Amino acid sequence: MAENNKFKVENLDLFYGDFQALKSITMDIEANKVTAFIGPSGCGKSTFLRTLNRMNDLIDTVRIDGTIQLDHQDIYKKDVDVTDLRRRVGMVFQKPNPFPMSIYDNVVYGPRAQGIKDKKVLDEIVESSLRAAALWDEVKDKLHKSGLALSGGQQQRLCIARTIAMKPEIILMDEPTSALDPIATLKVEQLMEELKKEYTIVIVTHSMQQAARISDVTAFFLMGELIEMGDTNEIFSNPKKQQTEDYITGRFG
Amino acid sequence: MSRKTKDMLIKSLILLSTGFTVGILVIIIGYITFRGFGALSFDFIFGSADQGGIWPMIVSTMYIVGISLAISVPVGIMAAIYLTEYAKQTRFVGLIRLATQSLSGIPSIIFGLFGLALFVRAFGFNVSILSAGLTLAIMNLPVIIRATEEALKSVPQSYREGSLGLGATKIYTIWKVVLPSALPGILTAVILAVGRIVGESAPVLLTAGVLKDVPMSMFDGGRTLTVHLYLLAQEAISPHDFQIAFATATVLIVIVLIINLVARFVSAKLDKTKA
Repeated sequence: MAENNKFKVENLDLFYGDFQALKSITMDIEANKVTAFIGPSGCGKSTFLRTLNRMNDLIDTVRIDGTIQLDHQDIYKKDVDVTDLRRRVGMVFQKPNPFPMSIYDNVVYGPRAQGIKDKKVLDEIVESSLRAAALWDEVKDKLHKSGLALSGGQQQRLCIARTIAMKPEIILMDEPTSALDPIATLKVEQLMEELKKEYTIVIVTHSMQQAARISDVTAFFLMGELIEMGDTNEIFSNPKKQQTEDYITGRFG
Repeated sequence: MSRKTKDMLIKSLILLSTGFTVGILVIIIGYITFRGFGALSFDFIFGSADQGGIWPMIVSTMYIVGISLAISVPVGIMAAIYLTEYAKQTRFVGLIRLATQSLSGIPSIIFGLFGLALFVRAFGFNVSILSAGLTLAIMNLPVIIRATEEALKSVPQSYREGSLGLGATKIYTIWKVVLPSALPGILTAVILAVGRIVGESAPVLLTAGVLKDVPMSMFDGGRTLTVHLYLLAQEAISPHDFQIAFATATVLIVIVLIINLVARFVSAKLDKTKA
């Protein structure tokens, strides 16, 4: 395994009851790059993303075979602390989901869950995280107002700030702009440009244009299989597989 | 008949039904307060039974409400948390759920009989506010469990995912995000339970008795407002006796109304999802 790999996934199968949603996925995810997962609805890209921080554990019927290593450690081994894993691998969801509490409390939710109580430290986390999420200037005067009072785009950046506050190594984004208008989408994409300098980002997107704009590496999924993965420019200009070409030229999906 | 007349007819039927319901409510409350109002006085509400007052009954009622809530609310909420947040949705859990739902359909006098056999006799708590409180706690458990389950289920799954995704533990997630969001719903359930406890007469008659003194300990018996009302109405001979019964009813109605209003107010205050 190359030294700059963050995740190493080998022969990953995932079942919802009897239905096999992922078929023998093998891939490496490189550090400090933006990796995009594309593919039609139901192809397994979101399901796969959720295996990376074990969010699928929440569903009773899910069964997994194969291995996923994060920095050479199998994240599905019995003694793994899931909360610790999720702190290292943050997640931003499809629909902005700020908690029904103040902007401030939203941002420090993760640090508080870890037991940080010092007001000074929390204040600093709030400012730095909101700045990093390009939201500080818009909310600095109303930190103690409810996070639900923000617009959809602001809410999503608040959720990104909340994730950054954990100082994760990797940020998983599950179609983070699909519920946003074009202007809010643009802002979140600009934010990703900034974030990729410091974090490894894995993003599921429905929009091929978005993948082309922001990602370094693109993986194309179809019917639970990883069809092709490679440099984003390569994938979009010169795909090796027929199915990939069909998809990106809009012949299906 | 043209579509328009049909439409009119149905609409007036609906309006009539609504008016009928509201009308009955107004008439009942109006009649009771009208008949009881004359007997209402400071001495009546805060006086001892010997002075013709109902203070001991108010106190007994409140004690029983307190005891039964102190048990049924924490136990009920924890059971509901287990059922919705922890238990895998197996057939066994389905059975538990069915059992709690069936329990809430059992007539209250049966709980009274059970309380009489278990708490009064077997446990030796005698006829006391403790026995009554425990009996009503058991009676109210299914109601609180069910309502809390509904409140927990209405908390968006995205809150749980968001919290767990930030590396919070399950119990932290439930404590900090799920329960606060469900609180208005849970509170409504608790208030409805209070209304049910205050209004219950058969089981408390069997388990708390008819003693007209302010209970000095949990092991003393006591007469609740409803039991008092029941006995007053039963023994009433003169018009004055009836007036006392109606005055007691008025106090009961006012207490229930106040509880409802407070519940609405607190529930609205706690609801943080309205930004």
